Amino acid sequence: MASSIRLKTKIRDGVTTVRAIIRHPMETGFRIDSETNEFIPPHYINEIVIKHNGSVVITCDWSRAISKNPYLSFMFEGATIGDKVELSWTDNRNNVDSTETLIK
Amino acid sequence: MSLSSKKDSSKHGKQINMLRRDTLRYLAMGSITLISGLLKPISVLAKWNKAAFSSVDFDEAIVAYFPGQEIDESEQINIGVHSIVEDGAVVPVKVKTDLPNIESITIFVENNPNPLIASFNFTTNCVGFISTRIKMQNSSNIIAVVKSEGALFSTRKFIEVHEGGCG
Repeated sequence: MASSIRLKTKIRDGVTTVRAIIRHPMETGFRIDSETNEFIPPHYINEIVIKHNGSVVITCDWSRAISKNPYLSFMFEGATIGDKVELSWTDNRNNVDSTETLIK
Repeated sequence: MSLSSKKDSSKHGKQINMLRRDTLRYLAMGSITLISGLLKPISVLAKWNKAAFSSVDFDEAIVAYFPGQEIDESEQINIGVHSIVEDGAVVPVKVKTDLPNIESITIFVENNPNPLIASFNFTTNCVGFISTRIKMQNSSNIIAVVKSEGALFSTRKFIEVHEGGCG
Protein backbone atom coordinates (compact mmCIF):
# COMPACT_ATOMS: atom_id res chain seq x y z
CA MET A 1 0.00 0.00 0.00
CA ALA A 2 1.23 3.44 -0.79
CA SER A 3 2.26 5.54 2.17
CA SER A 4 -0.34 7.83 3.72
CA ILE A 5 2.27 10.57 3.97
CA ARG A 6 3.69 12.92 1.38
CA LEU A 7 6.79 14.57 2.78
CA LYS A 8 8.75 17.30 1.05
CA THR A 9 11.78 19.24 2.18
CA LYS A 10 13.62 22.19 0.76
CA ILE A 11 16.71 23.94 2.04
CA ARG A 12 17.49 27.59 1.48
CA ASP A 13 20.07 29.75 3.30
CA GLY A 14 20.52 27.08 5.96
CA VAL A 15 16.81 26.91 6.77
CA THR A 16 14.97 23.72 5.90
CA THR A 17 11.26 23.91 5.15
CA VAL A 18 9.35 20.70 5.77
CA ARG A 19 5.90 20.23 4.25
CA ALA A 20 3.73 17.20 4.81
CA ILE A 21 0.29 16.06 3.73
CA ILE A 22 -1.16 12.98 5.39
CA ARG A 23 -4.10 11.04 4.01
CA HIS A 24 -6.44 10.59 6.99
CA PRO A 25 -10.21 11.04 7.54
CA MET A 26 -9.81 13.05 10.78
CA GLU A 27 -13.34 12.16 11.89
CA THR A 28 -14.50 14.31 14.79
CA GLY A 29 -17.21 12.01 16.07
CA PHE A 30 -19.75 14.84 15.60
CA ARG A 31 -20.74 13.87 12.08
CA ILE A 32 -23.86 11.80 11.42
CA ASP A 33 -23.86 9.06 8.82
CA SER A 34 -26.80 9.91 6.51
CA GLU A 35 -27.58 6.23 5.84
CA THR A 36 -27.55 4.78 9.35
CA ASN A 37 -28.43 8.00 11.21
CA GLU A 38 -25.68 7.25 13.70
CA PHE A 39 -22.64 9.23 14.70
CA ILE A 40 -19.50 8.32 12.80
CA PRO A 41 -17.01 7.38 15.55
CA PRO A 42 -14.03 9.69 16.06
CA HIS A 43 -10.89 8.76 14.16
CA TYR A 44 -8.08 11.25 14.14
CA ILE A 45 -4.33 11.62 14.33
CA ASN A 46 -3.24 12.84 17.73
CA GLU A 47 0.52 12.57 17.72
CA ILE A 48 3.16 13.37 15.14
CA VAL A 49 6.92 13.13 15.55
CA ILE A 50 9.38 14.50 13.03
CA LYS A 51 13.04 13.60 13.26
CA HIS A 52 16.15 14.91 11.57
CA ASN A 53 18.96 12.34 11.34
CA GLY A 54 17.32 10.38 14.16
CA SER A 55 16.86 13.23 16.65
CA VAL A 56 13.46 14.80 17.28
CA VAL A 57 12.86 18.22 15.70
CA ILE A 58 9.19 18.72 16.47
CA THR A 59 6.36 16.82 18.13
CA CYS A 60 2.73 17.72 17.47
CA ASP A 61 -0.23 17.03 19.75
CA TRP A 62 -3.38 17.29 17.69
CA SER A 63 -7.08 17.34 18.39
CA ARG A 64 -9.82 16.25 16.01
CA ALA A 65 -10.12 19.87 14.84
CA ILE A 66 -7.27 19.49 12.38
CA SER A 67 -8.78 19.31 8.89
CA LYS A 68 -9.25 16.11 6.91
CA ASN A 69 -6.06 15.07 5.12
CA PRO A 70 -3.91 17.18 7.43
CA TYR A 71 -1.32 19.63 6.17
CA LEU A 72 1.69 20.65 8.23
CA SER A 73 4.60 22.91 7.46
CA PHE A 74 7.44 24.21 9.62
CA MET A 75 11.07 25.28 9.35
CA PHE A 76 14.25 24.35 11.18
CA GLU A 77 17.95 25.15 11.02
CA GLY A 78 21.09 23.05 11.11
CA ALA A 79 20.44 20.52 8.33
CA THR A 80 22.39 19.98 5.12
CA ILE A 81 21.60 18.40 1.77
CA GLY A 82 21.37 14.62 2.00
CA ASP A 83 20.21 14.56 5.63
CA LYS A 84 17.33 12.30 6.55
CA VAL A 85 13.95 13.63 7.69
CA GLU A 86 11.45 11.17 9.12
CA LEU A 87 7.77 11.68 9.97
CA SER A 88 5.62 9.29 11.96
CA TRP A 89 2.04 9.61 13.14
CA THR A 90 -0.23 7.82 15.61
CA ASP A 91 -4.02 8.11 15.63
CA ASN A 92 -6.58 7.53 18.37
CA ARG A 93 -7.01 3.91 17.26
CA ASN A 94 -3.26 3.36 17.59
CA ASN A 95 -2.75 3.08 13.86
CA VAL A 96 0.72 4.23 12.88
CA ASP A 97 2.52 5.15 9.71
CA SER A 98 5.86 6.72 8.93
CA THR A 99 7.95 7.79 6.02
CA GLU A 100 11.35 9.31 5.43
CA THR A 101 12.96 11.51 2.84
CA LEU A 102 16.36 13.00 2.09
CA ILE A 103 16.79 16.78 2.03
CA LYS A 104 17.37 18.03 -1.50
CA MET B 1 17.55 -4.55 62.06
CA SER B 2 14.00 -5.73 61.51
CA LEU B 3 14.53 -8.76 63.74
CA SER B 4 15.73 -6.75 66.70
CA SER B 5 12.87 -4.32 66.33
CA LYS B 6 10.38 -7.21 66.40
CA LYS B 7 12.00 -8.67 69.53
CA ASP B 8 11.86 -5.65 71.81
CA SER B 9 8.85 -4.07 70.01
CA SER B 10 9.94 -0.74 71.41
CA LYS B 11 8.70 2.54 70.03
CA HIS B 12 11.98 3.00 68.23
CA GLY B 13 11.67 -0.40 66.55
CA LYS B 14 8.17 0.39 65.35
CA GLN B 15 9.39 3.60 63.85
CA ILE B 16 12.09 1.79 61.93
CA ASN B 17 9.53 -0.72 60.70
CA MET B 18 7.27 2.09 59.51
CA LEU B 19 10.20 3.73 57.82
CA ARG B 20 11.13 0.48 56.11
CA ARG B 21 7.55 -0.08 54.97
CA ASP B 22 7.35 3.44 53.56
CA THR B 23 10.66 3.07 51.79
CA LEU B 24 9.50 -0.20 50.23
CA ARG B 25 6.23 1.37 49.20
CA TYR B 26 7.97 4.32 47.54
CA LEU B 27 10.40 1.96 45.83
CA ALA B 28 7.49 -0.08 44.46
CA MET B 29 5.70 3.04 43.27
CA GLY B 30 8.86 4.26 41.63
CA SER B 31 9.45 1.04 39.77
CA ILE B 32 5.84 0.97 38.56
CA THR B 33 6.20 4.45 37.10
CA LEU B 34 9.52 3.43 35.60
CA ILE B 35 8.04 0.34 33.94
CA SER B 36 5.00 2.19 32.61
CA GLY B 37 7.42 4.79 31.31
CA LEU B 38 9.36 2.12 29.45
CA LEU B 39 6.23 0.63 27.93
CA LYS B 40 5.18 3.96 26.42
CA PRO B 41 5.44 4.35 22.64
CA ILE B 42 7.48 7.02 20.86
CA SER B 43 5.83 9.86 22.76
CA VAL B 44 8.65 10.30 25.23
CA LEU B 45 8.87 14.06 24.93
CA ALA B 46 5.29 15.08 25.48
CA LYS B 47 2.28 13.19 26.71
CA TRP B 48 -1.02 13.82 24.91
CA ASN B 49 -2.90 15.95 27.43
CA LYS B 50 -6.30 14.26 27.45
CA ALA B 51 -7.88 16.60 30.03
CA ALA B 52 -6.98 19.69 28.04
CA PHE B 53 -7.96 18.22 24.68
CA SER B 54 -11.38 17.04 25.87
CA SER B 55 -12.18 20.24 27.75
CA VAL B 56 -15.20 22.08 26.29
CA ASP B 57 -14.52 25.52 27.74
CA PHE B 58 -11.76 27.81 26.51
CA ASP B 59 -10.63 29.00 29.96
CA GLU B 60 -10.67 25.43 31.27
CA ALA B 61 -8.60 24.24 28.32
CA ILE B 62 -6.02 26.98 28.93
CA VAL B 63 -5.76 26.09 32.62
CA ALA B 64 -5.56 22.36 31.87
CA TYR B 65 -2.84 22.81 29.29
CA PHE B 66 -0.82 25.51 31.06
CA PRO B 67 -1.58 24.88 34.75
CA GLY B 68 -0.69 27.78 37.00
CA GLN B 69 1.14 29.74 34.33
CA GLU B 70 0.61 33.35 33.37
CA ILE B 71 0.11 34.31 29.75
CA ASP B 72 1.03 37.78 28.52
CA GLU B 73 -0.27 39.46 25.39
CA SER B 74 2.42 39.96 22.78
CA GLU B 75 2.61 41.80 19.50
CA GLN B 76 5.48 39.66 18.33
CA ILE B 77 3.14 36.84 17.29
CA ASN B 78 1.31 36.96 13.98
CA ILE B 79 -1.64 34.71 13.13
CA GLY B 80 -1.93 34.45 9.36
CA VAL B 81 -5.51 33.57 8.53
CA HIS B 82 -8.25 35.17 6.42
CA SER B 83 -10.62 37.23 8.54
CA ILE B 84 -13.64 35.87 6.62
CA VAL B 85 -13.83 32.12 5.99
CA GLU B 86 -16.41 30.51 3.71
CA ASP B 87 -15.87 26.88 4.71
CA GLY B 88 -15.05 26.13 8.34
CA ALA B 89 -13.91 22.60 7.48
CA VAL B 90 -10.62 23.81 6.03
CA VAL B 91 -9.17 26.98 7.52
CA PRO B 92 -5.51 27.51 6.65
CA VAL B 93 -3.67 28.96 9.66
CA LYS B 94 -0.10 30.20 9.91
CA VAL B 95 1.51 31.30 13.13
CA LYS B 96 4.72 33.30 12.96
CA THR B 97 6.72 34.76 15.79
CA ASP B 98 9.98 36.66 16.27
CA LEU B 99 10.25 35.65 19.92
CA PRO B 100 13.55 33.92 20.77
CA ASN B 101 14.03 30.22 21.66
CA ILE B 102 10.54 28.99 20.87
CA GLU B 103 9.58 25.88 22.83
CA SER B 104 6.03 25.46 21.62
CA ILE B 105 3.18 27.00 19.64
CA THR B 106 -0.35 26.12 20.73
CA ILE B 107 -3.52 27.00 18.83
CA PHE B 108 -6.94 27.48 20.43
CA VAL B 109 -10.31 28.29 18.83
CA GLU B 110 -12.47 29.87 21.50
CA ASN B 111 -15.91 28.76 20.26
CA ASN B 112 -15.07 25.24 19.00
CA PRO B 113 -16.58 22.22 20.82
CA ASN B 114 -13.07 21.49 22.08
CA PRO B 115 -11.13 24.77 22.08
CA LEU B 116 -7.64 23.23 22.18
CA ILE B 117 -6.75 22.54 18.55
CA ALA B 118 -3.10 21.65 18.34
CA SER B 119 0.23 22.06 20.02
CA PHE B 120 3.59 22.00 18.29
CA ASN B 121 6.62 21.37 20.48
CA PHE B 122 9.96 22.44 19.10
CA THR B 123 13.57 21.71 19.76
CA THR B 124 15.93 24.68 19.88
CA ASN B 125 16.88 24.88 16.21
CA CYS B 126 13.37 25.49 14.91
CA VAL B 127 12.18 28.73 13.36
CA GLY B 128 9.11 30.34 14.97
CA PHE B 129 6.73 29.31 12.22
CA ILE B 130 3.97 26.77 11.80
CA SER B 131 1.39 26.27 9.08
CA THR B 132 -1.57 23.90 9.13
CA ARG B 133 -5.29 23.65 8.36
CA ILE B 134 -7.94 23.52 11.04
CA LYS B 135 -11.72 23.17 11.44
CA MET B 136 -13.92 25.90 12.92
CA GLN B 137 -17.56 25.47 13.89
CA ASN B 138 -18.55 29.12 14.34
CA SER B 139 -17.15 32.59 14.05
CA SER B 140 -14.59 32.78 16.80
CA ASN B 141 -11.30 34.09 18.10
CA ILE B 142 -8.23 32.10 17.20
CA ILE B 143 -5.67 32.29 19.99
CA ALA B 144 -2.02 31.40 19.51
CA VAL B 145 0.05 30.79 22.63
CA VAL B 146 3.82 30.76 22.21
CA LYS B 147 6.24 29.49 24.82
CA SER B 148 9.49 31.37 24.59
CA GLU B 149 12.33 30.99 27.10
CA GLY B 150 9.94 29.43 29.61
CA ALA B 151 7.37 32.26 29.48
CA LEU B 152 4.01 32.24 27.70
CA PHE B 153 2.81 34.86 25.23
CA SER B 154 -0.41 35.00 23.27
CA THR B 155 -2.23 36.88 20.60
CA ARG B 156 -5.73 36.54 19.19
CA LYS B 157 -7.57 37.23 15.96
CA PHE B 158 -11.31 37.17 15.28
CA ILE B 159 -12.43 35.07 12.30
CA GLU B 160 -15.88 35.18 10.71
CA VAL B 161 -17.00 31.72 9.57
CA HIS B 162 -19.91 31.37 7.13
CA GLU B 163 -20.32 27.60 7.20
CA GLY B 164 -19.28 25.48 10.18
CA GLY B 165 -16.89 22.63 9.63
CA CYS B 166 -17.24 20.43 12.68
CA GLY B 167 -20.51 18.58 12.06
